[in-house]
Amino acid sequence: MRIIVNGTPRDVTGRVLSEILVECGYRHRHVATALNGEFVHQHLRQDTAVRPGDRVEIVAPNAGG
Amino acid sequence: MLEFYGKSFTSRLLLGTARYPSPSRMAEAVRASSTEIVTVSLRREAGGSSAGQKFWELIRSLDVSILPNTAGCHSVREAVSTAQMARELFQTDWIKLEVIGDADSLHPDTSGLVEAARILSGDGFRVFPYTTEDLVVAEKLLQAGCEVLMPWGAPIGTGRGLNNEYGLRTLRSRFGNVPIVVDAGIGLPSHAARAMELGCDAVLLNTAVARAEDPVAMARAFAGAVAAGRDAYLAGPMEPSDMPHPSTTPAGKADLDG
Repeated sequence: MRIIVNGTPRDVTGRVLSEILVECGYRHRHVATALNGEFVHQHLRQDTAVRPGDRVEIVAPNAGG
Repeated sequence: MLEFYGKSFTSRLLLGTARYPSPSRMAEAVRASSTEIVTVSLRREAGGSSAGQKFWELIRSLDVSILPNTAGCHSVREAVSTAQMARELFQTDWIKLEVIGDADSLHPDTSGLVEAARILSGDGFRVFPYTTEDLVVAEKLLQAGCEVLMPWGAPIGTGRGLNNEYGLRTLRSRFGNVPIVVDAGIGLPSHAARAMELGCDAVLLNTAVARAEDPVAMARAFAGAVAAGRDAYLAGPMEPSDMPHPSTTPAGKADLDG
């Protein structure tokens, strides 16, 4: 299915958020996630279904003011 | 001693971590500033990149408190989701709450700010709101659960100093027991010293240090200015007068003209 990962369309086979993270290269990475604008706690990623057209955001620590 | 949400600090300078020439210069500047609190953000990261992980390890090695921000958020929903992601990522319930109302001037959306502050405080966050010097907004932020106020000196990144000293003085006199941090717009150590002379409790700045020719030296300069301004405030500055007064008494001056 096609979803949007960090603003870019992407075809994935995973069906839940944790699988999609692994598929997109984020295995064991210190990141936080949101699905369609809503925060998804790391412990809930494996139970969070992702559907075609969904928007996934994956963020990491960065410099800030 | 300065206190935020029950935690005490010696340094009254909060420092941002963005826009430095390199991560190592940033780390040196943080150390030179003697700051105990740094601000950070969260941003998209490409799969396979380790930049975020490296930054996180560097920040943790500095042994300072971390204040994540919601920079760039233009809606309550966006700010709340960002804060929730920041809490998980940085393992802190502190959040520097920014809800921007105007993309060009980076003017805070104060009604959105109050709403987001209420939601986040209710969810256990310790909110540091980036606001204007508006007294009524400040009152509403405190009612929403904030225990610190962060009025701007001037818009973010302008380095213009304190655009409205009267507004800051008013906040100070009205909210005597609430920590006030001037956040944004500070360009020079003298601006920081002035904020402290007015009785503000701390200053938060980033660009003025990061974009200096020598960020480490500038960090040191700001540390000195903040400390001097605080000392001056505690010392009780003299009242300005329109009439000059000779420092040296005229009494007893020798008559050498006759």
